[in-house]
Amino acid sequence: MSRLRVEPRVTESVIAQYLVPVVAIVLTLLSGTVLFTFLGKAPSAVLYTFLIEPLTSRFGIGEVLLKMAPLLLIAQGLAIGFRARVWNIGAEGQLIIGGIFASVIAIHYNESESTWILPAMVFAGMLGGIFWASIAAYLRVRFNANEILVTFMLSSVALQILYFLVTGPLRDPDGFNFPQSVVFADSALFGVLIEGTRANTSLLIGLTLSVLAYVFIRHSLPGFKLSVSGAAPRAARYAGFAESQAIWLGLIIGGAAAGLAGVGEVAGPIGQLQRTISPGYGFAGIIVAFLGGLHPIGICLAAFFMAILYVGGDMALISVGIPNAATTIFQGMLLIFYLASYLFVHYRISFQGRAAAT
Amino acid sequence: MTETLIFICAGTMAAATPILFAAMGELVVERTGVLNLSIEGMMATGAAAAFAVATVYESSLLGFAVATISAGLLSVVFATLTLIFLANQVAAGLAVGILGLGVSALIGKKHEGFTIEPLKSVDWGFLSDIPVVGRILFQHDFVLYAGILLIAIVWFVLTRTKLGLIIKAVGEAPEAAHAIGYPVILIRFLAVFFGGAMAGLGGAYLTLAYTPLWAEGLVAGRGWIAVALVVFGSWRAHRVALGAYLFGAISLLELSIQGLGLAIPSQVLSAAPYVMTIVILVLISRDARQIRLNSPASLGVTYRHQS
Amino acid sequence: MTKQGPRNDPPILELRGITKSYPTVLANDSVDLEVFPGEIHAVLGENGAGKSTLMKVIYGSTQPDSGEILWQQENRTIRSPALARSLGIGMVFQHFSLFETLTVAQNISLAVPGKLEDLSARIVEIGHKFGLEVAPDTLVYSLSVGERQRVEIIRCILQNPKLLILDEPTSVLPPQGIDQLFKTLRQLADTGCAIIYISHKLEEIRALCDEATILRQGKVVGTVDPKDTSTSSLARMMIGGEIPISEKSNHKNESKVLLKIDRLSLSSADPYGVSLKDICLQVNAGEVVGIAGVSGNGQSELMQLISGEQRFVTEGQGDLLFEGNPFGHLDPAERRSLGLNFVPEERLGRGAVPPMSLSDNTLLTGFSQGMVQRQLIVRKEVNAAAEKCIDAHDVRCGGFSAIAQSLSGGNLQKFIVGRELSMTPKLFVVSQPTWGVDVGAAANIRQQLLLLAERGSGVLLVSEELDELFEITDTLCVAYRGQLSKPMLTQEVDRLTIGRMMTGLGTTEERAAS
Repeated sequence: MSRLRVEPRVTESVIAQYLVPVVAIVLTLLSGTVLFTFLGKAPSAVLYTFLIEPLTSRFGIGEVLLKMAPLLLIAQGLAIGFRARVWNIGAEGQLIIGGIFASVIAIHYNESESTWILPAMVFAGMLGGIFWASIAAYLRVRFNANEILVTFMLSSVALQILYFLVTGPLRDPDGFNFPQSVVFADSALFGVLIEGTRANTSLLIGLTLSVLAYVFIRHSLPGFKLSVSGAAPRAARYAGFAESQAIWLGLIIGGAAAGLAGVGEVAGPIGQLQRTISPGYGFAGIIVAFLGGLHPIGICLAAFFMAILYVGGDMALISVGIPNAATTIFQGMLLIFYLASYLFVHYRISFQGRAAAT
Repeated sequence: MTETLIFICAGTMAAATPILFAAMGELVVERTGVLNLSIEGMMATGAAAAFAVATVYESSLLGFAVATISAGLLSVVFATLTLIFLANQVAAGLAVGILGLGVSALIGKKHEGFTIEPLKSVDWGFLSDIPVVGRILFQHDFVLYAGILLIAIVWFVLTRTKLGLIIKAVGEAPEAAHAIGYPVILIRFLAVFFGGAMAGLGGAYLTLAYTPLWAEGLVAGRGWIAVALVVFGSWRAHRVALGAYLFGAISLLELSIQGLGLAIPSQVLSAAPYVMTIVILVLISRDARQIRLNSPASLGVTYRHQS
Repeated sequence: MTKQGPRNDPPILELRGITKSYPTVLANDSVDLEVFPGEIHAVLGENGAGKSTLMKVIYGSTQPDSGEILWQQENRTIRSPALARSLGIGMVFQHFSLFETLTVAQNISLAVPGKLEDLSARIVEIGHKFGLEVAPDTLVYSLSVGERQRVEIIRCILQNPKLLILDEPTSVLPPQGIDQLFKTLRQLADTGCAIIYISHKLEEIRALCDEATILRQGKVVGTVDPKDTSTSSLARMMIGGEIPISEKSNHKNESKVLLKIDRLSLSSADPYGVSLKDICLQVNAGEVVGIAGVSGNGQSELMQLISGEQRFVTEGQGDLLFEGNPFGHLDPAERRSLGLNFVPEERLGRGAVPPMSLSDNTLLTGFSQGMVQRQLIVRKEVNAAAEKCIDAHDVRCGGFSAIAQSLSGGNLQKFIVGRELSMTPKLFVVSQPTWGVDVGAAANIRQQLLLLAERGSGVLLVSEELDELFEITDTLCVAYRGQLSKPMLTQEVDRLTIGRMMTGLGTTEERAAS
């Protein structure tokens, strides 16, 4: 009689760590095949549209790089908090507030051509994200209020604030009552990276942040402290790493990065403030962070992949009539399969024949 | 004046019911030590599935059944991930929650813009004719009353039965429960399924009785509020129920204020439940000692029995 | 084997060739064991010899890789604790499997069928019969460790076990409690119940057991009648050599006061914790001060205050002085830089980060020792420090990149103690340094503590092991219910006195006498 046994590994399997995202993607695609067949679409055509088509044209690649920027920014920021088990799930709200802060400057100085407008917007956006995340940090540190619930609720509040502003104080007075602000002047817009695409400077900010994140996590003492707080909270307390510091740092970094992503949207493809400034990047960023193994380099790859899914999703909507919900389902499945396969980083399966016959 | 009062009180009971179901389910799940953050997605799936079935087959009852099953299936995914694949409960909750939102959008897409007949009120005979009280308490559909019955059942099971004792034991010290012979993973699995099914019912009540229509984003954070209510009620059934009715009242106030045409921006009213949730969380959580006394000790911690 | 008494019946339990391996260790290597009804059978071995694994196999909480279990002469696969219990196997765990927020009766009702009221009556009845008094409607968290053990034993007895397993039951008991436990166990054995008694304490086994199976490194090295075998030959079988004893030199105490705690009171923020009352404690340079007591009497709360894991700022009263200066407001890192180092009782998860390398674990407390420049980690320095610690303290591992949780208990403890010693502490505070540590490593650690005191540092040692305390301390006090006795010179007190104080008896007269 042989049986299956799951036993813990003494050390994490490095190979498994690299394999897990790949396995998750393969399983998601397989499930997608089943789903599309079920919806009466030819799976091969749909998957082609989702995964390959975005990369076959200059426009497509540009769009992928465009959408990669906010995902990359958000995921790098969140991952640092997640390493310390600070669960910021409100990047969407921090992005919105960041976008609003930046927009206020752009709208107020709409006539100006100063080169300082854009840097000021970047700075303001970051501050906005930090401000929104700090509320959750303060409530957690001071009152022990669960940051998962608070950051989520704050996201919903941020959205209402945005609605209020674009229908009121920040609405374009000459905009026929449409809920949107004036269109930003060129001095308040990011430059385009590649001619003929919409990919902009925001991606460079994201890549720079990725390098910084790598140094922070791998080589800095504060980064080490955060990792200890996540891996063994009591060891962190024993060593003298204050829990409150980990919470503040984790949330502030996540908020700043999400705020930057917000700037990238309003000063990038949108070019004004409107009701929708993010198609759920804040939540997709959570998935990117996990799929990238909370590792800066992994996150770059995961953000690129997730951006393809976004662009492919839009293309699939137009050309094959697949509803946008498919992208959300893909996102959910990616994380589910990722988490399931992650078991094999810590455990291994062994088949065991029983030595003694009965 | 009386009319407004009746409108608010009766409306509160209806508005509270979706959250009530979800929160009661989550309460049982958390009592066994599992934190399920995918309630929002499960409610959405239940809501969309119920509405789709009810429009196609013109049967609300079938709608509720399908909602329970579909959200229950999602909870099986969550339970498998966290209890068998030992995934982090927070991450797994987010993953399944997002999947649920996607599934609901996919199911509901075709049925957007339709409306259906809301559920019929139960005939309580003369009771419904009592002035004021009759109209507040005895002119509702049967699912709302089932929600009240659910409070009583959950309260009774958790505080007065052996099963409640076992649930508490599993939530407090799963290793010890396993050591004296209880199948910890099975018990948690069943609790998670129950929680999912209840979230599905709550979602179905939204689309079949409360609104009654489907639109993407209809659940609007109710699932998350339900999770917060379990903390608010410090893991006790009657207090969780109280919280649900409190939130029902808030959403009714929102409607009445809008109806009165006061000069408050609608966004402020829409944000009120979320701000309220944060305030309540802060008020309850600041007493760390109380939280420690009432919360299940193993909440959110992955359990794997040693071998 | 022809013997009188219990061995006339066929064995109730027989193990044949039980083998169980874990990734890093072969815990049981072809173990045979026979247990007869009415027999008290010792399974003897030092920490890490594989006793606990073997018991888990019998109780069904783990499955052997190979081998057979015969229960009442029938081959069985004991798949789960539930099955073991239904067969009539009960177990009293070293770390109790009780639910703190439930009452005694509720706890028992989870394992024993019957109405709560009936159970309460039976709990009282069994309590009288076996000397296991405990009030059925008390909440478990308010019970002392010894009382909790009684609850566990009652819970087993009420299930009418045919075999009862006790895992290191005396580690939580004061000396007098041990006598009572033995009386209870003999009484139980007389009813025909077989008892497996796991321990590494030789004298106890000689006093109690009819038969002893000795395990060393997962193998059975012998089965003997302990009453006919001398302590020293048991010891030789157990560790394969003589038990090392630490050399204590007659050093002079200096009068320089390092740590002074004066009339400290603090009510616990944790509802399940212990409040400290009127604590006075002093540690001088060159002195080893011991705190005896059953754990759960405020030791861990006191240690957290001294280490800085719990600050002492606004709440509570009294003074906490290091070299004459208040230090209650400092965090652990600041205290380390003053020369106050601490080794906690939990190695994995507190003293060390389990999934991180020894190198990272060196950085954990050593980051202010030139391993970090401008907030950036200097890997070379960290690795060098880790390597030095590994070499200096004979830590057996795969080098500085070895993961903490891959080390054996003894080696990890040597690493942690070594890591803290490398910072040359003025005051070294250690809590239960030899819990779950093999004999060799334990002796090594005690020697280190003595050496440190000889060089003029102060040592504060919290331990449940009286042997350890009497071996190396100069001064002793006893913790009981959040209070600390007056200090006594170790040479001038005996175990019985300390034992009585551990249960709260005679504290007043001892206090007056000293």
